[in-house]
Amino acid sequence: MFPKPIGQVRPWLRTAYKCALPIALIVWLLPLIGIAVTSIRPAADLAVGNYFGMPSGFAGVENYTAVFKNSSIGYYMLNSFKVTIPTVIGAVGLSCMTGFALAVYKFKSNLLVFFMFVAGNFVPFQILAIPVRDLTLQLGMYNTTMGLVMFHVAFQTGFCTLFMRNFIKGLPFALIESARVDGVSEFRIFWHIVMPLMRPAIAALSVLIFTFIWNDYFWATIMAQSADVRPVTAGMNELKGQWKVAWELITAASIIAALPPVAMFFLMQKHFIAGLTLGATKG
Amino acid sequence: MSHRTQASFWKKNQRAMAPWLFLAPGMIMFLIYVIYPICQSVWISFYEWDGLGPKTWIGGQNYVDLLDDDSFYTSLKNNIIWLVLYLLAIPAGLAVALLLNQTVTGIRLYKSLFFFPFVISQVVVGLIFTWFYAPDFGLLPNIIKGLTGSEVAVLADERYATLGIIAAGLWPQTAYCMILYLTGLNNISSEQVEAARMDNASGWSMLWNIIIPQLRPATFIALVVTVIGALRSFDLVSIMTAGGPYGSTRVLSYFMYEQSLSEYGTAMGYGAAIAVVLFAIMLVFISLFIVRMLSQERNS
Repeated sequence: MFPKPIGQVRPWLRTAYKCALPIALIVWLLPLIGIAVTSIRPAADLAVGNYFGMPSGFAGVENYTAVFKNSSIGYYMLNSFKVTIPTVIGAVGLSCMTGFALAVYKFKSNLLVFFMFVAGNFVPFQILAIPVRDLTLQLGMYNTTMGLVMFHVAFQTGFCTLFMRNFIKGLPFALIESARVDGVSEFRIFWHIVMPLMRPAIAALSVLIFTFIWNDYFWATIMAQSADVRPVTAGMNELKGQWKVAWELITAASIIAALPPVAMFFLMQKHFIAGLTLGATKG
Repeated sequence: MSHRTQASFWKKNQRAMAPWLFLAPGMIMFLIYVIYPICQSVWISFYEWDGLGPKTWIGGQNYVDLLDDDSFYTSLKNNIIWLVLYLLAIPAGLAVALLLNQTVTGIRLYKSLFFFPFVISQVVVGLIFTWFYAPDFGLLPNIIKGLTGSEVAVLADERYATLGIIAAGLWPQTAYCMILYLTGLNNISSEQVEAARMDNASGWSMLWNIIIPQLRPATFIALVVTVIGALRSFDLVSIMTAGGPYGSTRVLSYFMYEQSLSEYGTAMGYGAAIAVVLFAIMLVFISLFIVRMLSQERNS
């Protein structure tokens, strides 16, 4: 283990380490702590310049209710869910199949197709924006949830395919071989042998894609015009312009908007990290 | 009879056909929404087009105009600053990972909380740092005022605005690199570390000669995601300054947005040309990554 386990070092160093940890954490999260405290301050505090002192009272309930009352954030959150959940299902579903195809079969253009997905996944959004917005318009899906979902599913399939393919490559191939010898069809192999083993990969990808799509801002901005479609990221930018200096509201809204992916992360931490760090250990 | 030949045709060829059937839905979507639009954008960049009316072919004029546009150079310069400074996330992430790679009580919670900034959307990160930098009441200007007595409005000052946005971006990016390195450190061969300890290696020499070489896969991924993240920077610029003050914090992605996608942007051809330039820069890195991944594939 590196660095040396703290249990084996001199006692004063051990104590120093244990004291340093919480301090480091507070410094690291200082901006976040700042906005959390601001979100429960009474508006009067900000008016008299009490930005850092103890809040003069607890106005958390007022501020958070005010956010819901004075803005469409409730709808924006709902819109975000309407975009995010179908995208997760679509992208993970498609990539189970593409990943399986690229991991299990040897054919001439296998690597070419694989690297098409990988490379496409890295391109800047701006090179896609004009044609994709145009296509969405022509399909009659501009300014609809469906329009956003279609694009997100297609784009995320790139990353998901990379992930799924590498995951399936790590499964014991002998299982598939012996099923083939028994005359099991390729589709049954996919559905009955490989799919059940993919559960951890599906879980990991789902939380990751959920977070990516929830946090998407660029596409939310350019593909959703009206408030009844606008996801919360784009909505936040609008609220910021609306509320200007009402920081107790902006900060409360920020915390609300950040909540779903944060909850997802803490509930599914193991899968989340397994997904993000795929490939960080080998290769 | 014909039914039987069909069945046997399928039996004989299913191994060859199956991969394409599995690939078809995902590949078709990807071709329509990702690959084909790239070609279309390149095509559009040779036209003058307001997005609605007819397109007029103007050859390379959009690119010639770019070379004459100060905003383009500002954006390009900022992209380079982003790229260089964003790389700091890699050593910073390694440092945090080394700090947290211990087994004291509660360390798991510490790791999660250090990782926290990455989970939050960049929109919220941008708002948090806008608050953090706010003149008068922001935390940072007050700290600076306390130390030096001078007032700084980070995001309103052309000298500091881009740096301020990059610092905001480094916060989640460092967390990302940290988690990659923590996983990497978890998998280091303890035999080698112990053997090196026997040889009296410790501290820096151990880190440099034994640990970092073993962390190469993590470093590679950290490099990929950091470079891509730096060049994709859009959200923070849009939220924190909208390219200002006086366009000094524009990056190529935001410049393109202003030209073609924002409320008043109707210069599709010009915007497409900007996107092509950004794409070309990224393509250099994408190719490097692909070459390296390809050689790994061949070896395994």
